[in-house]
Amino acid sequence: MATTKKKIEKEEVVIRFSGDSGDGMQMTGTQFSNTTALLGNDVSTFPDYPAEIRAPQGTVGGVSGFQLHFGNAKVHTPGDYCDVLVAMNPAALKANQRWVKNGGTIIVNIDSFSEKNLKKAGFDENPLPAFKKGDYNVIEAPIQTLIHEAVKDLGLDMKSIERTKNMFALGITYWLFNRPLNHTETFFEQKFAKKPEIIEANILALHAGYNYANTVEALSSHYVVKKAELEKGVYRNINGNTATAWGLIAAAEKAKMPLFCGSYPITPASEILHELSARRDLGVKTFQAEDEIGGITTAIGASFAGNFAVTTTSGPGLALKTEAVGLAVIAELPLVIVDVQRGGPSTGLPTKTEQSDLLQAIYGRHGESPAVVIAASSPSNCFQYAFEAGRIALEHMVPVILLTDGFLANGSEPWRVPEMSSLPAIKAPFVEPSEKEYLPYERDPETLTRKWAVPGMKGFEHRVGGLEKMDKTGNVSYVPENHQLMSEYRQEKVNKVADDFPLPYVEGADEGELLVIGWGGTYGHLHTAVTELQEEGKKLSFVHFNYIYPLPKGVEKIFEKFDNLLVCELNLGQFADYLSIKVPGYKYQKYNKVQGLPFTVDELKNAFNKILEDK
Amino acid sequence: MAEVNKLTPKDFKSDQEVRWCPGCGDHAILNAVQRTMANLGIPREKFAVVSGIGCSSRFPYYMNTYGFHGIHGRGAAIASGLKVANPDLSVWQITGDGDAMAIGGNHFIHVIRRNIDMNLLLFNNEIYGLTKGQYSPTSQLGAKSKTSPFGTVENPFHPGELVIGAQGHFFARAIDNQVKVTTEIFEQAARFKGTSVVEILQNCVIFNDAIHEDIVSRDVRDDRTILLKHGEKMIFGKEKDKGLVRDGLKLKVVTIGKDGYTIEDILTHDAHEANPGMHLMLANMRYPDFPVALGVIRAVPAATYEERLDQQISEVQKQSKIKNMDDLMRTGDTWEV
Repeated sequence: MATTKKKIEKEEVVIRFSGDSGDGMQMTGTQFSNTTALLGNDVSTFPDYPAEIRAPQGTVGGVSGFQLHFGNAKVHTPGDYCDVLVAMNPAALKANQRWVKNGGTIIVNIDSFSEKNLKKAGFDENPLPAFKKGDYNVIEAPIQTLIHEAVKDLGLDMKSIERTKNMFALGITYWLFNRPLNHTETFFEQKFAKKPEIIEANILALHAGYNYANTVEALSSHYVVKKAELEKGVYRNINGNTATAWGLIAAAEKAKMPLFCGSYPITPASEILHELSARRDLGVKTFQAEDEIGGITTAIGASFAGNFAVTTTSGPGLALKTEAVGLAVIAELPLVIVDVQRGGPSTGLPTKTEQSDLLQAIYGRHGESPAVVIAASSPSNCFQYAFEAGRIALEHMVPVILLTDGFLANGSEPWRVPEMSSLPAIKAPFVEPSEKEYLPYERDPETLTRKWAVPGMKGFEHRVGGLEKMDKTGNVSYVPENHQLMSEYRQEKVNKVADDFPLPYVEGADEGELLVIGWGGTYGHLHTAVTELQEEGKKLSFVHFNYIYPLPKGVEKIFEKFDNLLVCELNLGQFADYLSIKVPGYKYQKYNKVQGLPFTVDELKNAFNKILEDK
Repeated sequence: MAEVNKLTPKDFKSDQEVRWCPGCGDHAILNAVQRTMANLGIPREKFAVVSGIGCSSRFPYYMNTYGFHGIHGRGAAIASGLKVANPDLSVWQITGDGDAMAIGGNHFIHVIRRNIDMNLLLFNNEIYGLTKGQYSPTSQLGAKSKTSPFGTVENPFHPGELVIGAQGHFFARAIDNQVKVTTEIFEQAARFKGTSVVEILQNCVIFNDAIHEDIVSRDVRDDRTILLKHGEKMIFGKEKDKGLVRDGLKLKVVTIGKDGYTIEDILTHDAHEANPGMHLMLANMRYPDFPVALGVIRAVPAATYEERLDQQISEVQKQSKIKNMDDLMRTGDTWEV
């Protein structure tokens, strides 16, 4: 019977794994993503987990989810709605039921659907009969019963047996989408090399799930998703935080400078510090400081010493670092500050995504304190923009704030690995040891950057610091006209950084009824929504910003050709307000979402259609 | 190296006008630091002087070395980054009691805990000078100031206690105007590998004049202070007839030749003893019950942060197959299209 099941071709699929935090849903989702990427599909992922390490078991607040979207063409988002929902308990079903597509498959661990658990999840009655009556394919898998049966001969304790239930669920989905098991088997062999019984239990559970799916009548079909057409090259799966860390190391290598990261752990940025800390082999020095301020000020000290200095943080940490950013501005030392944005204010939604640190990054300092702000727009291009942040900081002797966000940080996608030889060289303006006279604040007439002499260089002894500096000599100066001159120099130096910036690319016609404007981590959703409407024949275009402060020059030439400008962002309109200051004379309409969630393509399309229809 | 030995204190003076108040204790400390650096035989370009905010923190501008005038309280963190990034430098942090122990308290204890090899000169005048006369974390209980017109109601920090409590390996105390003794202490601090903290009893002529006068004035100094030297008896007094002995778990001041005490009974100073008990008692001695301890109270060799870090890097580099970014990016789960 099993072999006769039919195969259905699909172009793309969205799966959402959900369970208690502690059920191993993140690992399950990651395994599915990696296996799928290795098969040559394009993948985009969205981990969504609670702030508590272990929220109360069985409650909606404790549900951890991992959504992934894969297809035979480039996928730009983790998908709005899922074809398959795996719910390990009633709370997971309760929290995620609204994300299941009509006609979708819901796989539940029926063993957990006790009256007590249903009540904990807030169900008045068992919802499964209603789903079955509706347009859903419900699979009630007795996962606990079956894993106990599968691993009973290994002599494991109850807890260890229960922990393999996520692998049973993964096995079901592997069968459903025709994925091989060997990548996950290898993963367990490496992860638990010293615990052979744990490896065996997980592999048995995985196979048990696969075989269960193969056997039960409830699953009527296999799905086949063909490989994506991708550019030739070496690929790997990467999330935004790893890509950011690697981009920074790549910049250090290209600049032939040691990398120093002074930082303090904070969600969702910590993983960048983890990645950098693991790279002692590449000579990376990470310094886990006593607090955020220690993080940035140790980095400033290292920058003074001639290292490529970096600090990583999230919104509340950037607030604490604020005074020190000003110090780097006046000392005119290179520094990269990575802000992985999350929901605020205050502790806000620490594990959820948002774009609401924009104005803090641009303006959140005392005094006239210009710094460069740029933003990454996909998990993998965090590499490119971290590298770019390093290039700008080092070549222009200026602090650069790189904005990513929780969605990019944790989300992952296949990434075509670049050759280091294809990346541009980075040349910091170090003073030549042969130079006779050194004036620390003498400027390059083109870029207005000063030259960099580092402690240990004979004959270039000088002092920098937070007090206003006299033009050229760098001596402390309270001369009123000098303060104005130096303030203008610092501003103009940052303005000139935009000389290197490309104009953002307009996707679609360069004139028309509607221009959708976005920045940072919303690229994938905006691109998908615009493209889908364009395919329906709608007249709209899309422009996305990675260079924020200063703006690329000539942006108004793009804006002036459209009837409507709609700025879409995950805050209450910060970029729109900023544009109205920097590129005045246009009416910027706003589409905003502040729910700790990414946009959905659906809601964006509705918003765009509304403007197109209203005209 | 021959050329280096020719450096004089003058070589360390910058061309900037020194703008401390006339009579300020900082002048003498600057003089002592410049003498010390000239004596060390280190090339001038290898020195970096770092500070936070406060009167003392203007120090880097007056030094013809590399210098960094930072922001309030963060001198220790800036200096930490500087030293870890380039362990080849001789790093000096200049700080005051407000800068180091109030706003910078966190960085102060952590640089000590990590044992980063730098010299931290703590100018203690028990007052905020630059902000014009508010009490500081070292002001005595009841001290009257602009923000405590009726006297403070909070207990002061004692720097030595804090340093030793934070697992400090080097603590010394000096008086601002004793340039010769101070220079010797600074030299020992500079030659010590690890965080060396020197508390300098410094006089603010404007806002807290003569605050240490009970102890440091020339006519009473010999009887009210004791200069500790490693391996030498703990003897003090104008007549060199007073000494310290153990009294149970405490210390006691005795007169040699009185009550049956002889020179043999007097304790010998061991700055290298790892157990902090005796050093803590010595650092905490206060007038009038005890003489205030000067000199190097504690100097216990230990591995430094940057040594351990550099060692770890070279060990990992030896073992790892990843030598550059091309290697890293192609390691692990990759596939070819």
